[in-house]
Amino acid sequence: MAEAQTLQVEKEEIDNAEDTERTRDQACFLPRADIYEMDDQIVIVADMPGADKNSIDVTLEKNILTINAAVDPVIPQGYALQAAEYEVGDYHRTFRLSNEIDRSKIEAVVKDGVLRLYLTKAAEAKARKISVKAG
Amino acid sequence: MMYRRYRVPNTWREVDRLQREMNRLFEDYYPARVRRAPAFPALNVWSNEDGLSITAEVPGVSPEDIDISVVGDTLTLSGERRRDELKEGARYHRQERGYGSFTRSLQLPYMVDVNKVHATFQDGVLNVELPRAEQDKPHKIAVKSA
Repeated sequence: MAEAQTLQVEKEEIDNAEDTERTRDQACFLPRADIYEMDDQIVIVADMPGADKNSIDVTLEKNILTINAAVDPVIPQGYALQAAEYEVGDYHRTFRLSNEIDRSKIEAVVKDGVLRLYLTKAAEAKARKISVKAG
Repeated sequence: MMYRRYRVPNTWREVDRLQREMNRLFEDYYPARVRRAPAFPALNVWSNEDGLSITAEVPGVSPEDIDISVVGDTLTLSGERRRDELKEGARYHRQERGYGSFTRSLQLPYMVDVNKVHATFQDGVLNVELPRAEQDKPHKIAVKSA
């Protein structure tokens, strides 16, 4: 169990050298994610400030779940940038899912710049409790 | 013995000085595009002749949990990011996102009109508009020929 973490300030930029080159001329970040598991569900929570429901694209191909977001930066009209502590950019991250996920029941919800993916476990994969008998 | 005591620290001081000089040299050639934010949240500051506009990325903080105050020429942003309430039996596989409360103060370059401060929040991005106080705006003085 991870310890209580404080709020991190910096976003992690994706290194271009190891990936294929991107066509969009914008920085691209790896969204920070939490993953937790319940009896019937796995939830992926990813921080993607600036991304809304139209800009987020979630795809599942074979067992690779890809999250992509093309972010249009918030630029206050008529203002010039004086000092910057963060950059605005797209988001990209992939996760490999195990076979126990029911592919037809993946739900994605975005609220306040946080994407939540609810992955339902396939019925046969739900934890079976095996009672141990004393012999 | 005296000799060593005297010489050794001196050499290190010299190495230190050289390192500082090298750092400065490189910083000049590769200026950081983005400054490192000293605290959460990272802020971008925009300005025009009528005032300032400050944007911050605060994903997962609901707008009612953000507190914005202006006292004198100091802007303070504070709030709290809550973690998901987990049902019993849930366990984390991965935990990269931080949570907790935050406060950040920023000294503004001039007095702002407190009554006209306006904030919007969308998709985890906060934007605070701070119009410059009317009495603080620079006055243009016309030069008359005598």
